[in-house]
Amino acid sequence: MHDIVLLGINHKTAPVELRECIAFSADESTIALQTLHREPHLDEVLLFSTCNRMEVLLVTQNKSAAIRDTKRFIAQFNKVPIEQFENALYIHDNDEAVRHVFRVASSLDSMVVGEPQILGQIKDAYRSAASLKTSGVILNRLLHRTFSVAKRIRSETGIGDRAVSISYAAVELGKKIFGTLEQKKVLLIGAGEMAELAVEHLIRNKVGDIFVANRTFESGVNLAKKFNGKAIRFEEIGESLKTVDIIISSTGSPDFIISRNQVKAVIRSRHNRSLFFIDIAVPRDIDPEVNWLTNSYVYDIDDLKGVIDENIEDRQREAVKGERIIDEAVIRFRQWYEGLDVVPTIIALRNKLESIAGAEVKKTLQSNQISQQGADAIQKMTNAIINKVLHSPTIFLKKDGMHDDKSLYIDVVRKLFKLDE
Amino acid sequence: MDTVNTATLLLYMLSTAGYLIYLFLQKDYLQRLGYALLLAGFLCHTVIIVYGFVESGNIPVGNLRETLCLAGWAVAGVFLIIQYRYNIKILGIYAAPFIALIMVIVSHLPQDPAQTPTIFKSLWLITHVIVILVGEAAFALACGIGVLYLLQENAIKTKRHRFFFRRLPSLDLLDTVGYACIVIGFTMLTLGLITGFIYAKSVWGRFWSGDPKEVWAGITWLFYAVLLHERLTVGWRGRRSAIMAIIGFGVLLFTFLGVNLLMEGHHKDFTKI
Repeated sequence: MHDIVLLGINHKTAPVELRECIAFSADESTIALQTLHREPHLDEVLLFSTCNRMEVLLVTQNKSAAIRDTKRFIAQFNKVPIEQFENALYIHDNDEAVRHVFRVASSLDSMVVGEPQILGQIKDAYRSAASLKTSGVILNRLLHRTFSVAKRIRSETGIGDRAVSISYAAVELGKKIFGTLEQKKVLLIGAGEMAELAVEHLIRNKVGDIFVANRTFESGVNLAKKFNGKAIRFEEIGESLKTVDIIISSTGSPDFIISRNQVKAVIRSRHNRSLFFIDIAVPRDIDPEVNWLTNSYVYDIDDLKGVIDENIEDRQREAVKGERIIDEAVIRFRQWYEGLDVVPTIIALRNKLESIAGAEVKKTLQSNQISQQGADAIQKMTNAIINKVLHSPTIFLKKDGMHDDKSLYIDVVRKLFKLDE
Repeated sequence: MDTVNTATLLLYMLSTAGYLIYLFLQKDYLQRLGYALLLAGFLCHTVIIVYGFVESGNIPVGNLRETLCLAGWAVAGVFLIIQYRYNIKILGIYAAPFIALIMVIVSHLPQDPAQTPTIFKSLWLITHVIVILVGEAAFALACGIGVLYLLQENAIKTKRHRFFFRRLPSLDLLDTVGYACIVIGFTMLTLGLITGFIYAKSVWGRFWSGDPKEVWAGITWLFYAVLLHERLTVGWRGRRSAIMAIIGFGVLLFTFLGVNLLMEGHHKDFTKI
């Protein structure tokens, strides 16, 4: 009988310095997969490596040897002594390994629960394993189950529902105010990674014109070019408030850039259309009093962080539902997996034939007038046929024929005769 | 007929239940179920109205029961249209209980067949009543949307993002739908007043008799006229528009019921208990 084994390190067990030492790039993964697959005890292998985790999923008939070989391989390939990462390494087998794969793919094990990239990364890893033929019947089945479990968790729970980054949170808020962000005008004051990221998110939501104001006009021009926008002078900010809808501010100024009176002055000429201020700067750029003007909304960095914290809590609550779905999927996978053994398959095959034959015999005996003697003869003949039919398959499954991959043949038999239903 | 009455009330109450569960569970099918139940209730309700019409040969507004029944019908009808047009799912949370409440009150009022004075038989009057009630229904919805707007605005301003923030739609949608309701309401109210005046002229020989009902209807009309004017000129939108829609509905309710109950006037028949 095979064992499913998983070895890995992730952000919970290893610091980044260690993780970057034993990560595999895409090209390295290919070589690593092929090398691993050549190891005598590793029947099926899948390698999965991102910045937060490195996992090797394998199927073996000799668990301890396989674990030993894999550890040695990781050490050799990355030129890191085993002792250095051994403590960070977790090893799961069978049910626990299956559960771990399900949890990782469903993003329940991620640093940010519910982040959507992980599933795509696992799909890529599986694709390369499948194309290199390092995955076989068991991993193929396991990964397909994994994808459907992950999909189900995403659609049935709210783990991916709410924004957990500053820029997404800003976009989500904007939508609650404006409905759609399409054609809304954006003003970026200052510069900075987070602010620029927010602008990029807004652009993805099809906002209209983008204006950039910077203390030094020239850097404003450069930044505006990046967003296909227009640079304005710092002194023009007050005037521009008449037309823009969303203001993202991120300057190093010690004082407020936009005062309450400045905003109050434009409300009338804006016909009371809403203004949404996103103040990413510390110290703040926008007078918090602006929030209390009609149809003006100010969110500073702490407010946005507060939103995100709430959302993360919610995701964690939803994750509990996800765990339940996974429990169920693990049990179902185990049932399939146990069926892959020879003896249960032979028994299931015999039961199947006997139930078909039994039903047919009964039908025949009922619809024809057959003496007791005749009935006994028919029953005897039927049993003989079943035995003859089952003879070669049983021998085949028990002994010869299965040189390379036993589970493949068992799987085919089970599928041919629909033994899993 | 009793069966239809019961069925109507029951359907509205089930719809309310559907919407309330939707508020907490946020499953879309609950909201669709609520809408379907309300639509079914509305159809039964229509049967009641038509039956009343055929029975008495006139529009059934001879006592408070009939009037409220017709008003509830108008709210349900306007809600169904607004919901269909704007797909503002949360509105049912307000509309369904509101309609159900009206119908509960209706079912507790005595059911005397009204004595219809002959002067009631006029096409102008029928138009007047229906148009006014549709207008008032639209204002009732505008009030509800105003409340939802204030809740959502408060959630955004105070940065509390739990319950309402998630369940309510964007401020922009609430404002747009609220505005649409006020435009519909105002148009209908204007038409209603015009047909009322024409009817008054044909019955009493004068357009305006200074009756308290007429005066308060005028005040209501002016109130909404100011609201619309300010919106179009200086852009009274959002919060202020929402507050005005709520106050306006208060004035309207007084005109609709308060005047009849507290003052004398020639509309008193239709709130007779």
